[in-house]
Parts: sequence; C-alpha cells; structure tokens
Amino acid sequence: MSPLATEPAHVATPGGVLLVLAVMLPVVAVLLMLALGPRWTRRIALATLAIGLLVTIAILAELLRTGEALTYVVGGWQPPLGIALRADGTSVAMLAMTALVIAATGCFGYAQQQLDPATSHGRAPTSFWILLMAVWSALNAIFVGEDLFNLYVALELLTFAAVPLVCLDGRAETMAAALRYLMFALLGSLLYLLGTALIYGSFGTLDISLLSQASAEGPVFPVALALMIAGLLAKAALFPLHLWLPPAHAGAPASASAVLSALVIKAPFFLILRLVLDVAPPQSAAFAGQFLAVLGAASILFCSVMALRQARLKLMIAYSTVAQIGYLFIVFPLASGSETLPPWGTIAWTGGALQLISHALAKAAMFLAAGAIAEAYGHDRISDLGGFGRALPISAAAFGLAGLSLMGIPPSGGFVAKCLLLTAAVIGGHPWLAATILAGGLLAGSYVFRVVDRALATPAIPLAPRKPIPRRLELAALVLAVAAVLLGLVPLQPFAFLQIGRPDSLTAVAP
Amino acid sequence: MSVAALGPATLFGLCGAALAGIGLFVVITHSGLLRRIVGFNILGAGIFLVFGAVARRGAGAGFGGDPVPQALVITGIVVAFSATALAVALLQRLFDLTGRETLEAAQEHSPRSEA
Repeated sequence: MSPLATEPAHVATPGGVLLVLAVMLPVVAVLLMLALGPRWTRRIALATLAIGLLVTIAILAELLRTGEALTYVVGGWQPPLGIALRADGTSVAMLAMTALVIAATGCFGYAQQQLDPATSHGRAPTSFWILLMAVWSALNAIFVGEDLFNLYVALELLTFAAVPLVCLDGRAETMAAALRYLMFALLGSLLYLLGTALIYGSFGTLDISLLSQASAEGPVFPVALALMIAGLLAKAALFPLHLWLPPAHAGAPASASAVLSALVIKAPFFLILRLVLDVAPPQSAAFAGQFLAVLGAASILFCSVMALRQARLKLMIAYSTVAQIGYLFIVFPLASGSETLPPWGTIAWTGGALQLISHALAKAAMFLAAGAIAEAYGHDRISDLGGFGRALPISAAAFGLAGLSLMGIPPSGGFVAKCLLLTAAVIGGHPWLAATILAGGLLAGSYVFRVVDRALATPAIPLAPRKPIPRRLELAALVLAVAAVLLGLVPLQPFAFLQIGRPDSLTAVAP
Repeated sequence: MSVAALGPATLFGLCGAALAGIGLFVVITHSGLLRRIVGFNILGAGIFLVFGAVARRGAGAGFGGDPVPQALVITGIVVAFSATALAVALLQRLFDLTGRETLEAAQEHSPRSEA
C-alpha cells in the first residue's frame, strides 16, 4: 500500500532556484506595493514585469541547455514529507505564455491609466496592479507545483486574486458576477480538497510523481480523482459548469478580462491534464477522457452558437472562450497513446498544448482590442460599431489576426493546433470529434466575421471616437495577436520541446 | 455493528461525511448567499474532519498518528477563513448596492430599477 520510495523521488537541479524566483518575485512585489503605497505601485509593477520576463527567459534557456526538467526540493526535504517544484517542457511553455500575456496586459493597463492621470493613483488602478501580481504568482505556482495540497493552496490564491479582478469597477452587476464566480470556485476547490484528503488517506503522499508510481486498488483512487476533476471543471468553466464565466469575464475591465480568459481558466485545465495523464490509472484515465471529450464537444457547439447570438462584443468573446476551452478537453481520448507511444509523443498532445497557448495569446489580444474599442466609443454593442476599423486600424487588425487563430485558418497557431487535433481524430477513428472540430471552426468564423464586417463597413456617417486613442494602447493587442500568428510557424509534428523532462520521451516519434 | 464497535477514527470519518453532505445540500438548494456561505463552511468542516480521521488512522504512510494531515488541516482552515471573509465582503457590497442578497434577484431586477 505504501509507495514510500527508498531513493529520493526528486533530485534538485542547479537551475531549480529559478522556479522559486518565478513564484516569489510577484509576491515580493505585492508586499512592496502594500508597504510603500499607491504612489510606488506602478513603478514596482513595471520593474517586476521586466524582471519576471528575464527570469522566465532564464528558465527557458536553462531547460534548453540541460535538456532536463528543472527541479527544486523546498528546504531539502524530500517528498512524501517535503514539497518539490518541477518544470518540464510543458510547464515552461506555460510559464512563458503567462509571462508574455501578463507583460502585454500590464503595458495595456499602464497606457490606459495614463489616459486619465487624475485617477491613475486611485483605488482601482492600485488594486489592479496588486491583483495582477498575485495572479501571476499563483499561476506560476500551479504550473511548477508537484504536491497536490500545495496546488490546492495555489488554486485558492488564484481564485482570491481573480474574483476581485472581476469587480474592480464596483458596479452591482459585476459584484453579482464576482459572487457567482466565487460560489462555483469555492465548491470546486472544496471538492478538490476532499479528493486530496482521500488520496492522502490511501497513499500517504500527495507528490504527483510518487503517486504516478503507486499501485491503485479498490474504489478510493478513482472516486478521489473524480471528485478532484469535477471540482476543477467548475473552475475551468467547461459546459455545463460555464454559467459563471460570461458575465464575469465580460463585466471585468478589459485588461482584467484578458488575464482571466487567457490564463486563469488554463490553470485548472493544466491540473486536470496532470491528474488524468500522470496520476490516474490507465483504465480510469480512458474513461475520464471519453467523458471529458463529450463535455468538450458540447462546449464547442453550444457556446459557439451562444457567441454568435450575443449583441455585445465582450460577451461574444467570453462565450468564445468557453467554446475554445472545449477543444482542450477533446485532447484526452486523442492523446491516450499506446504501449509504444506515450501520450506526450502523440500529435494530439502537441496540438492540445498549441491550442492552449495560441488561445491564450489570441484571446488576450481580442479582449485588449475590445478594451481599446470600448475606451474609444464608450460601448461595445457590435451593431453600432460600423466602420470602427478606420478610427482604430491597429485594434481592428489585432482582432482579425486573433480571429484567424480562433477559426483555425493558416497561418496561425490555432490552425496548426486544430489541424493536428483533426488529423489525430481521423487517424484514431473518432469521426464525431473530427466533425465537431470542423463545425466549431465554421461557427468561430461566423462570429469573428460579424465583427470584422463591422470594422470594414463604411457607414454614411463616419463613426468618430469620443476621445483620441494613443497608439501604444492598441499595440499590446497587436503584439499578442502577431505572436499567436507566429506560433503557426512550428512544424506539424510532435514538438520535442514539450516532451523535455517527460518519462520515455526519447521513444517519441510521429505516429 | 453496534456503535461501541466503531473505532474513533471511523466515527470521526462518518461525522465528517455527514457534515459534508449537509453542507453540500445547503450550498446547492439555497439561493440566499449568506446561507450558502455558511454551507461552504459546514462542507469545509466535514472535509477537515475526514482529514482528521485519516490522521487518526495513521494514513498510508504507516505512522502511528500521522501529523501531516494536521498541518494540512490548519492550512486549509486559514484558506477557508480567507474565502469566507472575501465572500462576506463581496456580499456586503452587493447588499449595499442593491438591497438584495441573492444572485437571481439581482440579475432580474437590475434593469427594472433603472427604469
């Protein structure tokens, strides 16, 4: 019953301390902001963004140099008693994506606050920076965490930072949206905690790599995993647990929506991925994969149609998020692998990871572009935006490029991702999943073209912005959208970077 | 099996399960947010009791009385306290703004109050 290993489960690597830095740096920034007060907040935030980007680049370089996962054992205490931090290729890709999106969002937030110097040291801007840093720290902790309880704490930190971001403007509707989000998230984390308790009761360890070697007998392990995955689904907003997401993500300020939609819901998905692929016994994993794929397909179809029916731009983008999250969940049956091929060697694994990253970049770009539009016109009703492309060409271009990725049209990261998933579905004999991917692409095309059509329209009376919008406010969205397009240049095959640090990764070849 | 035959660990576990069930029932069936927040706390208390039973049983690690779950429960209580504080603060603000303490009513009535 006891999986206590005789040899240490984790060996610390020299670069491991960088992971601690990635988690702790934003926390230090939050403490400094609280200690020094509003006047210093923005300077500290910009410095932290710069240093955080450098730390992420250092982690990336270290991973590429050694070709192994970075590991840090906290305090030198080995699991099961201690806690390990570990970043393999997939985790580092998540860290890099997070740093890029947070930095671009920070630049947008900075430019937006300069539009209104009178309130730039006010309560909402100061809270925004503190919460942004807290979200960053929690996300990094989730992407490098190895201990299930430690991950629970990181998930809660993420929720506590994300919920206030929803209601930064303090209106009654956003308060209600934030409370609804909190109710779903609390139920989700308590279910996760119950699963953690059951797993500790059976195995005496919560370390993911020790659990993956543990032999599971009896019903406790599958029940615990089912509880944890159900809890995480509520946080990841998969259909039918997505009800909280559209009002929360559409009501938040644009820069907050970008972080929430691009990054925050990816964290619970990442944990589900680790639970299904690393922890769950193969039979339970196969069953869970089928179940998640059905929900994912329903999510794609239902929420794409809902996005098509929205009158407001931000609500449309929010529904599109739930639809695009669905693609991530249909990865599970496609990437189940075989005896000779581990899951992370399949093209579906690469496709799923690319979908995650390209959606994060594209969706953040869309929300920032929508933020610039709302800033210019004071509303985001799609039907009243005819001809906004003339006044805001950069935002319109960013929206269109990001749309390419959501639709899956080349050249874009979304195209490569959906092409790989489609190929995997056809080869693996899942015709209904292939059909869903195609239908989802068509529906995404419809809702993106609704907006692009408005951007290119030439109304009789030209649409004049109520105030001039500086270029730098629009540039953040364009940078992210171009990054999403550039992801389309990676080759259509299993991506070796994502397999660094995975067991048996040397055997991985294209199917 | 009589009650006397139940070990303390089993008894704790069953109490925890009952509390978790009551908490879940309150959270799902009630629309009043304050009741739901209390429900979350009952659910959390049940889970912590299950954790305690796990510790009492010695868990899988084979220690006599496993101290690790106690450390986890203390951390969990701190997290649950913060969650409750955040939820109550948001609810207080919602009540100040709209005079309601349910989500459904807030959504239905907000357009009408503007008119």
